[in-house]
Amino acid sequence: MDYSKELIDHYDNPKNVGSFEKEEKGVGTGLVGAPACGDVMKLQIKVNNEGIIEDAKFKTFGCGSAIASSSLVSEWVKGKTVEEASTIKNTDIAKELALPPVKIHCSVLAEDAVKMAIADYKDKKDS
Amino acid sequence: MSNNSQDAIYLDYQATTPLDKRVLDSMMPFLTNEFGNPHSTTHSYGKTSANAVEKARKSIADIIKTGNAKDIVFTSGATESNNLAIKGTAEYYGKQGKNHLIVASTDHKCVVNTARELENKGICQVTYLSVDEDGIVDLKELEQAITDKTFLVSIMAANNETGVISPLKEIGEICRKGGTLFHTDSAQAIGKIHIDVNEMNIDLLSISSHKIYGPKGVGALFVRRRPGPRVKLIAQMNGGGQERGLRSGTLAPFLCVGMGKACDILMEEMDQEIANIQKLRDHMWQRLNSELEDIKLNGSQEHRLANNLNISFSYVEGESLMLGLPDLALSSGSACTSESLEPSYVLREMKIPPELSHTSLRISIGRFTTLEEINKACDDIVKAVKRLRDLSPLYDMAKEGIDINSIEWAEH
Repeated sequence: MDYSKELIDHYDNPKNVGSFEKEEKGVGTGLVGAPACGDVMKLQIKVNNEGIIEDAKFKTFGCGSAIASSSLVSEWVKGKTVEEASTIKNTDIAKELALPPVKIHCSVLAEDAVKMAIADYKDKKDS
Repeated sequence: MSNNSQDAIYLDYQATTPLDKRVLDSMMPFLTNEFGNPHSTTHSYGKTSANAVEKARKSIADIIKTGNAKDIVFTSGATESNNLAIKGTAEYYGKQGKNHLIVASTDHKCVVNTARELENKGICQVTYLSVDEDGIVDLKELEQAITDKTFLVSIMAANNETGVISPLKEIGEICRKGGTLFHTDSAQAIGKIHIDVNEMNIDLLSISSHKIYGPKGVGALFVRRRPGPRVKLIAQMNGGGQERGLRSGTLAPFLCVGMGKACDILMEEMDQEIANIQKLRDHMWQRLNSELEDIKLNGSQEHRLANNLNISFSYVEGESLMLGLPDLALSSGSACTSESLEPSYVLREMKIPPELSHTSLRISIGRFTTLEEINKACDDIVKAVKRLRDLSPLYDMAKEGIDINSIEWAEH
């Protein structure tokens, strides 16, 4: 598979690898994908009192594109409000990393991970 | 590596092998001065080529211990040999009312897809034999599947992904008793195990040249004439009636000679070579298995070619692992390395769960592999697996004692 320099950079030096305590205040967790399909992404956001995502962490089981897509979105969400982050589109991820057509699903998964992390954060906040 | 101009360490000998220099030397005269058509034997040009081709045919006959060189038909490679063996017998025996074919579900695609094609065209019915977790066909199931309509059983000698060796002698006996012909695709097995077509009751056998340090673009099909059943085939290529009428077309003497030389070298060196390769392969497995937890060898350890390791590295996806191994040339059973996004059907047939298939690598070594290369490969693999496990949410879950099968995953 021919990968772009941007993608390889994220694979070689992934940003924001790690985890937050799930129960910690302001933390939202998104877990998407399935081991049987060959990719699982866990993306966590930490939202401050102003509704701004001040930090993010990820862990990913998957191909190079999946790792790079999750590393990229973990960078993108930081500093954004929850509303802004929810507008991140898979097409922007695919474009930034120049994903080959067969790897577009990796960017879809990354978008889903952001949405699910936000939903989890909101759920916890409301309860 | 002595035979390679590339930088990466070559660990993909089951995909293809480098041409042995001695083989190249044997071929050169037939790419230069000796250009005669081996079928034009009315003059010395043709005779020289014909003699060289017949000598090569004898070398190929010797490696599978058929006494008769005329049993060997040259083809373009094992894919063509497999097609000719299966389609050729299907057509001939179909006319006699025999329309049942048996293949192993883990056979190479050129066997399985040929069977499917015949099935789709309504030419024959096909039984796809299942395999156990070791990758070996169930002999009872084979025995029960054979009917008086069965014209052919086709089961590979050794698997291209796992290196698992089939019990050829037992299969041959069952086929002979059941009154059906036995074909085996031995592309991966030649030079790595000893094959005797008479002792094993093999009636048709496919060979590839480029898997045994010979040139690409040539192969052979053994077609039994005697002793035993005389195999009848309908040619799939018509023309001047070369190769006993079974495969028309002018032979390429330089390719035939190269393949023959590759077989001569095996006759001399294969026992020593198998011992060397096995030592390196076992050393590699021992190192990886002691330095990494949760890795699994796919397929039988006992009935396995000396040159193969097929390993699942749990919690690490195969394509991303290969991406982390830029200095190694190897292949993966992961879906993500294929355009189809389908994981290996061979591993699936062995009931290996998809989450483990996705983490598999195939490592295959050969004649020119060195201990130094093996140690460097082990260092690289251990490092890459550890790094990717630190990135893997599945590894975290495993450490926390969470069973990933207990989670409701949104399969996509």
